[in-house]
Amino acid sequence: MNATTMDTMTKPTASPEQLTAAFYELEPHHHPEGASTMLGFWIYLMSDCLIFAMLFAAYGVLGGNYAAGPSPKDLFELPLVALNTAMLLFSSITYGFAMLAMAKNRKGATISWLLITAVFGACFLGIELYEFAHLIHEGATPMRSGFLTAFFSLVGTHGLHVTFGLIWLFTLVTQITRKGLIQANKRRLMCLSLFWHFLDVIWIGVFTFVYLMGMLR
Amino acid sequence: MFAFAARAYRHRMRLSDSRPKPRQTSVLARVLAALSLTGALSACNTVVLKPAGDVAQQQGDLVVMSTVLMLIIIVPVMALTVFFAWKYRASNKDADYQPDWDHSTQLELVIWAAPLLIIICLGALTWVGTHLLDPYRTIGRIAPDKAVAKDARPLEVDVVALDWKWLFIYPEQGIATVNELVVPAGRPLDFKITASSVMNSFYVPAMAGQIYAMPGMQTRLNAVMNKTGDDFVGFSANYSGAGFSGMRFKTRSVTEADFARWADSVKAGGKDSAGALDAATYLELEKPSENVPAAQYASVSPDLYGKILDMCVEPGKMCMSEMMAIDARGGLGKAGIRNVSMLSYDKHGRAASAAANANPDAETRRELAWVRALCEQKPGTAPDNTVKAPADLKSLSGAGLTAPQSFAPNAIAFDKAEEHAAHSHLTSRN
Amino acid sequence: METVVHNHWSPLLGRLWWDAIPQEPIVWATFAAVALGGIALVAALTWFKVWGYLWKEWFTSVDHKKIGIMYMVLGLVMFVRGFADAVMMRLQQAWAFNGSEGYLNAHHFDQVFTAHGVIMIFFAAMPFVTGFMNYVVPLQIGARDVSFPFLNNFSFWMTASGAVLVMMSLFIGEFGQTGWLAYPPLSGIAYSPWVGVDYWIWALQIAGVGTLLSGVNLICTIVKMRAPGMTMMKMPVFTWTALCTNILIVAAFPVLTAVLCMLTADRYLGFNFFTNDFGGSAMMYVNLIWIWGHPEVYILILPCFGIFSEVTSTFCGKRLFGYSSMVYATLVITILSYIVWLHHFFTMGSGASVNSFFGITTMVISIPTGAKLFNWLFTMYRGRIRFELPMMWTIAFMLTFVVGGMTGVLLAVPPADFVLHNSLFLIAHFHNVIIGGVVFGVFAGINFWWPKAFGFKLHEGWGKLSFWSWAIGFWFAFMPLYVLGLMGVTRRMRVFDDPSLQIWFMIAAFGAALIALGIGAFVVQVGYSIWKRKELACDGDPWGGRTLEWSTTSPPPAYNFAFTPVVHDIDAWDDMKRCGAPRPAGNFKAIHMPRNTEAGIVLGGIATVFGFAMIWHIWWLGGLTFAGLIGYAIFHTFNYNRDYYIPADEVTATEATALRQLAPAGA
Repeated sequence: MNATTMDTMTKPTASPEQLTAAFYELEPHHHPEGASTMLGFWIYLMSDCLIFAMLFAAYGVLGGNYAAGPSPKDLFELPLVALNTAMLLFSSITYGFAMLAMAKNRKGATISWLLITAVFGACFLGIELYEFAHLIHEGATPMRSGFLTAFFSLVGTHGLHVTFGLIWLFTLVTQITRKGLIQANKRRLMCLSLFWHFLDVIWIGVFTFVYLMGMLR
Repeated sequence: MFAFAARAYRHRMRLSDSRPKPRQTSVLARVLAALSLTGALSACNTVVLKPAGDVAQQQGDLVVMSTVLMLIIIVPVMALTVFFAWKYRASNKDADYQPDWDHSTQLELVIWAAPLLIIICLGALTWVGTHLLDPYRTIGRIAPDKAVAKDARPLEVDVVALDWKWLFIYPEQGIATVNELVVPAGRPLDFKITASSVMNSFYVPAMAGQIYAMPGMQTRLNAVMNKTGDDFVGFSANYSGAGFSGMRFKTRSVTEADFARWADSVKAGGKDSAGALDAATYLELEKPSENVPAAQYASVSPDLYGKILDMCVEPGKMCMSEMMAIDARGGLGKAGIRNVSMLSYDKHGRAASAAANANPDAETRRELAWVRALCEQKPGTAPDNTVKAPADLKSLSGAGLTAPQSFAPNAIAFDKAEEHAAHSHLTSRN
Repeated sequence: METVVHNHWSPLLGRLWWDAIPQEPIVWATFAAVALGGIALVAALTWFKVWGYLWKEWFTSVDHKKIGIMYMVLGLVMFVRGFADAVMMRLQQAWAFNGSEGYLNAHHFDQVFTAHGVIMIFFAAMPFVTGFMNYVVPLQIGARDVSFPFLNNFSFWMTASGAVLVMMSLFIGEFGQTGWLAYPPLSGIAYSPWVGVDYWIWALQIAGVGTLLSGVNLICTIVKMRAPGMTMMKMPVFTWTALCTNILIVAAFPVLTAVLCMLTADRYLGFNFFTNDFGGSAMMYVNLIWIWGHPEVYILILPCFGIFSEVTSTFCGKRLFGYSSMVYATLVITILSYIVWLHHFFTMGSGASVNSFFGITTMVISIPTGAKLFNWLFTMYRGRIRFELPMMWTIAFMLTFVVGGMTGVLLAVPPADFVLHNSLFLIAHFHNVIIGGVVFGVFAGINFWWPKAFGFKLHEGWGKLSFWSWAIGFWFAFMPLYVLGLMGVTRRMRVFDDPSLQIWFMIAAFGAALIALGIGAFVVQVGYSIWKRKELACDGDPWGGRTLEWSTTSPPPAYNFAFTPVVHDIDAWDDMKRCGAPRPAGNFKAIHMPRNTEAGIVLGGIATVFGFAMIWHIWWLGGLTFAGLIGYAIFHTFNYNRDYYIPADEVTATEATALRQLAPAGA
C-alpha cells in the first residue's frame, strides 16, 4: 500500500507548490557524464568471459580426443609458455603503473607506461605466433584432431583479444597525445585497464588448465 | 506425495498387488475424466495413446496421468479467469471494487503452494517413470500381468539410419532388411541403434518412444510388441535432410512361428532377395537415396554392424574404438601427426572420402600400410550399458528403485559430455 | 531429385555466380513483387522528399523512443515474411497427400521451415521485445534516454543488418535447410556444402552482437538511471521483467556467439568441434546451442509477462496483486531457465537420473509461472475491468497460455517426451506459448502504448476484428497439430502417405487463413487509425495509466521529462494523480542530450557487406570490410563532440504546448 506517501501528501496543509516539489526534481542533479560506462563495460566483460567459458568447456570435452595423433605432452614446450606468461603478467603490472600515472595526471608517464605495456603485449603475441607457427609446421594443425581444434580456438581467441587490446591501446595513446588526460580519455583508460587485466585472468586459466594440466594428463 | 504418485503409477499399471483403496478410486476417476476428454479423439487413430506395445502404452498412460494432474490446477484457473472477467466488468457497478487491495498472505501461500503440490506429485511420477521407462533398461514385463520369463532371450535388432532409409540387421538370424521391420510379438526386443551420417531418431509410435540415432555412437531401446499387425509404421523423427519425408518403414508384428518362417524365407533368398550384405554392398547402399522400397538380404557379414558403428566399413580406415583406445593411452605422438586419411570419414563429405579411398595416392598407401601394422582394423565390442530390470512384477511399481537420495553428485555430473558418456558408445570408451 | 553441385569459385566474386539465382518460379514471383514494391517505395520516398527527414530524424537518431519504434517496424516487416513462410508450410502439408508431392520440392520446403523459425524468433519476436523495452523502460523509470544512446542505435542497425542478410538469401543463393537450430553434422560442410547455413550463421552472428550490446545498455539504464525515489522494489513490473530479460540476454547470447564461431570454424577452416571423425562431438553442439536456446525462450516471454502485468492493473483500475511475489517469480524464472536445457533432447540417450533431474527442474519453472497467472487473476478480482483492446488480448493470453504451459510440463516428463518429441504436438505446444504469450503480448503492448508513442489511439473496430481472428484462428491452426502429434505425426514432413491425416491439416490451414485475416485487419487498423488520427487523438494519459510514462505528453518530447519525477510508490503516476501534484509550469532549465550520429547505420551497412562477403567466400571484400569496421569504429572514437543542450527557451515553448494537451494532474 502506498498509504504513507498518500497520507503525508494529502494533508490539507500541503500546498500545490510543496506537492510539486515533492514529486518533481526542480533543481536537476547533475548526471556525471559516462556514469554507467564502467558498469556497462564490466557487464560486457562478463559476457566475454562466458565466451571463454564455452571455449574452456569445449576444451574439457574435446581435450582428450587426439584422433591417434599427438597429445599435449608431445607438443607443448612449457619453458616457452612460462616466458609467454611472464610477458603478459609484466604487461599487466606496467599497465597498473600507467593507471597510477594517470591518477597523478602525468600525461607523459602515462603514455610511456602504455607503450611499455604494448611492448610486453607484442612480445606475448609474438611468442604465441611462434608457437602456433611451429605447431602448424610440424603438422599439428587445428584440423588434425578435436584436441588441437579446441586448443587453437581457446588460445587463439585469447590471442585475438590481446591483439584488439593492442589496437585499442595505440588508439588511446593517440587520443591522449591529442587531447590530453581529459575525463573521456581517463574513462577509456579505465575500461582498457579492466580489459587488459581480464585477459590476464583468462590467461592464468589457460595456462593452468591447458598447459600445466595438459602435461599431467 | 512420492508414495501417492508411485501408488497412482502402480495402479495404472494394473498390478495384481495393488488392491483398490479410496484414494486410488479418485485417481481412477480422474483418469476416466481425461479419457472422456480425449474421447473426441477416438475417431482418429491416436497411436500415441493407444499403441500396440507395452512400453508405448505405459508412456501413453503417463501422458494421460500428467495431463489429469495438471488439469487439477488448469481448469480452476481458466474458470476463474472467465468468471472474474465477467463478474468484475466495468459495467457491473454492483461488484466490489477495491483499487488498493493488492496483498493477501493467505492467497499468496495458496498460489505458490498449489502448483508446488502438483509439481511434487508430478516430479515423483517423473522420477519413477523415467527410471522404469529408461530405453536402456531391459523390460521387466511383457504385459501388465505378465513378467518376462526367466529364460527369455531378447531378439536383437541392429538399426542403422542411412541417408535416407533404415537398415535392420538381425544378428541372430544372420539376415538384414531395408525399410522393413518385422518383429515377433510377445518377445522382448533389444534394439542397438546408430547412424551413418547425420542425426536421426528411431521411432515406431505403436511400439515404444523414440531415441536418437547418431553416427559413431550407439543408443539402445528395449521394447516389446503385444499385438500382431501388418500396418504399423516407423520413421525418423529427427529431420535429416532432403529425403527425410520418405524415411519411413513398414513395421510388422507377427507370431513367433511366423517370424521364424519369415526369417527362413529371407535367408533362403529368392528372386526378390537383394543377396548378401557385405562391406561392398553396404558402401553402395549407404549412398544417399530417397523413398527406397523395402529390401531383404539373405545374409550379413557378422561384423558389419560393428564396423558401421566404428565408422570403418571402408578398408583402410582405423576403427573408432581403436582410435579411442590409442587416445586413452595418450595418442600416437608426432609419429601419427600426418596420418589423416585413415581417420577421414565424412569431414569433407562421405563421397569425397570414399573416392579418395578408392584411388589412394602414394602417401596414402604408405599410411595405410602403417595403419595395418599398427592396428587390426576390427570393430571393438560396444560396451553393454543396459540397465538390467529385475524380472519381478512387484519391483516394477517402483519398489525396486533406489530412492532419490541416490541423487549423489556422481549421479549428476555437470560435465555435459560425461552425461552422455554414460550411454554413448563414442565417449564411454575413453 | 538430383542434387545440384555448386562448386564455382573465383577470386573476385567468390562463390557468387549465375547459379546463385534460385531456380524456383515462386521465388521469381516473390522477387518481382518485392522489387516492384521496393521501387515504388523508394520512388514515393524520393517524390515526397522524405529521405533527408528519415536520415536526420530516424536512421541516425539516438532517441530511445525512435529506436524503439524502428525495432517494432523491423519486427512487423519480418513477422509478415515469417508468416508467409508459415502459410506456405500449411499449404504444402494440406496438399501433399495421396501421392501428390505438393507444390514445394524438398530444397524449397526445407528452407521454408528453417527460415520460418529463424525469422520468427530472431527477427520478429526479438525486435518486438527489444523495441518495447527500448521505448518503455526509460519512460517508466523517469529517464531521458538510455545509458549509451549511440550503442542503442548501433545495436538496432546490427539487428537490421542480420535481417537484411536473411532476406537476401531468398533471392541470392539459398537459406539453410537444417531446421532453425542447424544441428551438425547436417549443418556441417559435408552435408550442407553451399551458402544456406552460412547465411544462417552470419545473420545470427551479426544480429547477436546487436542484441548483446542492447542487453548491456538496458541493464545499465535500469540500474543507473532510475528516477530519485525509485528503489528496486518500486520499479514498475515491466521494468523488472526487462531487467531480468536483459540479464538473460547478456548471460545467454555469448553462448550463441561462441557456438556459432565454432560452427564457422568447422565449416570455413576444417576444425573438428562437431565433426563425426577426428574426435569432434556433435552432441556438444546440441548442448551448447540449447544452453543459449532455453533462456532465449524466457527472453521472449518475460517482457510480455511485464506487458500483461501493466495492462491488467491499468484496465482493472487496481494495484497489481502481489507485486513482490511477481518480482520474485520473475527472478526465479530467470535463474531456473539456465538449468533446464537438456529437456530439449531427452531422446539423446542420457541416463534416467539426468533426464529426471532436467525434467523436474523444468516442471519447477511452472510454479513461479503459475504464481504469476494467479497474481493477474487476483488483480482482476475486485477490480473494475475495462475491456479495451489491450485487456482483451490479456484475457486471451491467460486462457491460451495455460494450455501451452500444461502441454509444456507434460513434455517435461521424459517418458512422455519420448513419444511426443519432435512431433506436431511439440510444434503445437511451443506455438501455444509463443503465440499465446509473445504474440498476444506484443499486440496487447502495441494497442496499449501506441497512443503514448503517437498521440492517438488505435481504431477499436479493426482492432477487435484482428483480435477475434487471431484468437479463434489460433485454436483452429494449432489444436489439429496437438491431435496429429498424438497420432504420431512428426514435424518437418513434406509429404504424407496416410490420407486420414489430411482433414486435420486442412483445419490447420483454415486456422492459418483466419490468422492471416487477423494480420490483415491489424495492418488496416494501423492505416485507418493514422488516417483518422484527429478523431482518435488523446492526451498524455488516455487509459488512466499508473506508471511514469503516462505522466508526460503523447508523444513525449525528445527529453521525455522537463523535470525528473520523484517516486514515492510503485504506481508512481497514479500516486501523483491522487495527491494532485501540479506539474511545474516554469523555470525550465536547459537539458543535456546526446547528439545524433550516423556511425550506427554506417557500421551496420559495412557489417552487412562483410557478412555477405563471408557467406560467398569473397575473401578480399571480407578482409576489406572487416578492416573498415575496425577502422570506422576507431574513427568514431575520435569524435568527442557527442552531446548538446536543448536551450531553456525551447523547453519552455515545448512544455507550454504540452500543458495545453495534458490534463492537469489529479483532475
